[in-house]
Amino acid sequence: MKKIHIFGLVIIAVAIGIIVSTAGDASTYVDFTKAKEMAQEGDNESIHVVGKLKKGAGGQIVEMQYQPEVDPNYFVFTLIDNQNVEQKVIYKNSKPQDFDKSEQVVVVGKMKDGTFSAEKILMKCPSKYENGKMETTEHTAAKS
Amino acid sequence: MIHSTIGSAGHLLVIIAFVTALVATFAYFKSGMAGGSVEDTLTWKRFARIVFYTHVAAVLGVVFSLYWIIGNHYFEYHYAWKNSSLSLPTGYTISSFWQDQEGSFLLWIFWNVVLGCVLIFTNRSWEAPVMTVFALVQAFLTSMILGVVIPGLAIKIGSTPFLLLKEVMPDLPVYKMDPNFIPKDGNGLNPLLQNYWMVIHPPTLFLGFATTLIPFSFAIAGLWTKKIQDWIRPALPWALFSAMILGVGILMGAYWAYETLNFGSYWNWDPVENSSIVPWLILVAAVHTMIIGRRNATALKTAFILTIATFILILYSTFMTRSGVLGNASVHSFTDLGLSGQLLIYLLTFTIVSVGLLIYRWKTLPSDEEEVSTYSQEFWIFIGATLLCLSGFQILATTSIPVYNKIAEAFGTVLNMALPADQIGHYNKFQLWFFSLIIALTGIGQYFWWKRVGKGNLQSLYNPLLIALLISAAVITLKGVKDIQYIVLLTTGIFAIVANGTILLNIIRGNYNLSGGAITHIGVALMLIGILFSSAYTKVVSINNSGLMISRSEEFTSNDNKENKENITLWLNKAEKMGDYMLTWRDVRVEPRHIPGYIPKSWVDIVENDFHAVALRDIIVDDKKYNSKGDTIEIFPENFYYEIEYREPSGKIFTLFPRVQINPRMGGIVSSPDIQRKIDKDLYTYVGMVTNPTAEPVWSKTENFTINLRDTFFVNDYVAILDNVVRTDSVEGVTLGAGDAAVKAIIRVLDKDKEFVITPSFVIRDRMVARKPEVSNDLGMRIQFQEINPQTGKFTFAINTTQRDFIVMKATEKPLINILWLGTFVLVIGFIMATVRRFKDFIKMRNKEALPAGQAKPKAKVQVV
Repeated sequence: MKKIHIFGLVIIAVAIGIIVSTAGDASTYVDFTKAKEMAQEGDNESIHVVGKLKKGAGGQIVEMQYQPEVDPNYFVFTLIDNQNVEQKVIYKNSKPQDFDKSEQVVVVGKMKDGTFSAEKILMKCPSKYENGKMETTEHTAAKS
Repeated sequence: MIHSTIGSAGHLLVIIAFVTALVATFAYFKSGMAGGSVEDTLTWKRFARIVFYTHVAAVLGVVFSLYWIIGNHYFEYHYAWKNSSLSLPTGYTISSFWQDQEGSFLLWIFWNVVLGCVLIFTNRSWEAPVMTVFALVQAFLTSMILGVVIPGLAIKIGSTPFLLLKEVMPDLPVYKMDPNFIPKDGNGLNPLLQNYWMVIHPPTLFLGFATTLIPFSFAIAGLWTKKIQDWIRPALPWALFSAMILGVGILMGAYWAYETLNFGSYWNWDPVENSSIVPWLILVAAVHTMIIGRRNATALKTAFILTIATFILILYSTFMTRSGVLGNASVHSFTDLGLSGQLLIYLLTFTIVSVGLLIYRWKTLPSDEEEVSTYSQEFWIFIGATLLCLSGFQILATTSIPVYNKIAEAFGTVLNMALPADQIGHYNKFQLWFFSLIIALTGIGQYFWWKRVGKGNLQSLYNPLLIALLISAAVITLKGVKDIQYIVLLTTGIFAIVANGTILLNIIRGNYNLSGGAITHIGVALMLIGILFSSAYTKVVSINNSGLMISRSEEFTSNDNKENKENITLWLNKAEKMGDYMLTWRDVRVEPRHIPGYIPKSWVDIVENDFHAVALRDIIVDDKKYNSKGDTIEIFPENFYYEIEYREPSGKIFTLFPRVQINPRMGGIVSSPDIQRKIDKDLYTYVGMVTNPTAEPVWSKTENFTINLRDTFFVNDYVAILDNVVRTDSVEGVTLGAGDAAVKAIIRVLDKDKEFVITPSFVIRDRMVARKPEVSNDLGMRIQFQEINPQTGKFTFAINTTQRDFIVMKATEKPLINILWLGTFVLVIGFIMATVRRFKDFIKMRNKEALPAGQAKPKAKVQVV
């Protein structure tokens, strides 16, 4: 076997390793029901859930709580996923600017003791002057 | 009046540009095809050139038209209305141009014609085949801004920037009343992009994109005309130039993100960032294989593959960011303009044609007779290039996850894959090791290249290795680097600097022209070390120590409190301890246009929906008076700066001004950091949340207190004492006449650690009562002196309260980030030197070839037409 062949094999092996790892690390879009199942099965992987904020009759957001004077790093809200399942979400970071205006919210995280603990929040905000264009912004709970 | 002429002219010129690009492609193709007579070839070439020049003129006309529309504020045009406004300073009006997709395509088209002209002038012998590719690319690009609907088929080709507002939004109610309605002002440029980096970053990045076409065109031309090896010489300087510009463009974007966005970092692994770094990595690999491609057949074949791959990846990146496929995976991708089909055709055409041509010619490419030795320079450079490709592949494999979903969708299945939740961890797992190896190889490769290290004389590598190990050990101990992967990256980085530095010292004495490679490698090594420290050792300093924690449960305090406690709340004028600093939020400031620095917001009254403000007092900055009370001054109406005073343990005070932008027309509150730059670290501060500075405070219901002198009363949890009521001779804003009288109350309000004195006045003027309330922003309290009862001797005060002003802020320290920026400069210098050297090589060869044998003159400038 020539060196070039061994070299080629090594590269293919690394490439396969990359693909396997990508598939392994990739998160998934699920709904809250599935998220609960996963938590019960002890699956500790972070997942994405798409949903809308819970709103009252007047269109105001309900069940949202942020008291920076008490704790600027504690933000709670209720999200309704596409299957109309409600879920309390805790985000241990400051409330993202313009959160109230967002049409759609993607939370990344996992179920923990009956609440969804979000590590990251992605929001889609409508900007009324840009015919239907959605702007996405991203907020991450600090890691490091 | 609607200026319809300029738009029609622009649109017509786009069509002309598109048609001429197609004709030029055909004509250059005919000229490049072998078989025709010499005369035929020449005629076609002359014709093609004229057509291409017409194309150039048309493109310049299109650019001019769009600038004219934006620069003259023709808001009847959708593009001008959407992306610019009257208040935009001139510099940023330029950025409005490429704010939207059509303009950014136009920028790309513009660079391509500039580069095309440079190529025609510098390289007549390759003109026909190279310009065929160029013109074809131009045809595709101009088709993106064509904006033509094919009648009958209802297929829209391209999206033109020359649409009138009423053509885009015909349903606006205003057009029913006035069909000729023209908006008075535009929507404005996204305030985030109102930054000088956004004036130079997009043109640089698009120049980088555009220049990748040149090595690609030469590679295709080489395959086509069977000049299998000759294409490298003219292509190499351009490939180096492209790698430099693209690299600088990407880094400018990173620097802008660091300064302007509150990601807290210069790199966010955002799909848009990733899709531009991948072609860069492949391009750098291509450059290395091109350098050895004339000596080694395997490297030559790889050079073909990588040069083609670079350009295809640029197209893929364009497709990803502009087709809407990324959806909510990215912060700054464009939305779908209905161009995804066209973009896909563009991508597939070039992929199929170039890969097809490569396969077709594969058999005619040379092969190495004997296997390359492990001790040869080629071997090590080749491994380095391979690692760069693997690194790029790994980033691409993950970034393409949204694309997999779309492909699955096309086949009728649902994949529901999402990007990894911990992106940094995911990428680091591979990239850290790849780059440790790559940077080590730059040192080894240079030794094999210059020192002719080979079997049996590896010892010349021992010295740099030993020195590097010693330095690394010192740095690791001093800086307390503990994790093994960081130790490896640091050591290999230092080895690369020592090894390349030694080589540099050796060759710089001989011919400094040749030192580009070593300098570039040192730059990369410095950048990696800078990234290592500034990212891995970022320290959050705004840990909340106030004791105001919602819970002391283990969940909150575990992991050194890092998880949850990285933001602190600051109340106006109330000092708070943060790390070693005492922090006080002092004020909100605004940014005047012609006055240095920022002035307190209370000095001016901002005119709503305008960029002017009325001075409420004389504006004096640094002892210089700029305006008097009542003057109207220009400001940046969206920008508010939060004056945060930092007191160091030594007593030294500095102030940071993190910014918050309010732009209701963009539908948002956006915060940007301010950075205290020191040589060894940056202190990065941004406010995460504020009470809207443009909103009027919401006051609580009035509460009346009727009290005696020296009485204590409770307002909103504060203890307040009416200390005294005294006669006063002057009340601000009121002129007192002879028979008038005024008194003011002195009310002391006790906060936890501070006392405030509030002095509302009560005035009797012309037998009328006037009351002047006083507001304390610090307490969120307004007190009005309501009544004096002479019979009882009691005083009545009306008190309203509101939410006290607060901000939520975060601060981090980024150690040694300046090494990253230093490395960037070194990298650029290295690339420039390498480019110049390779370009000189090319010119020398070109001029030699241009002369018939035996007549070689050193200074000949004859060119073959």
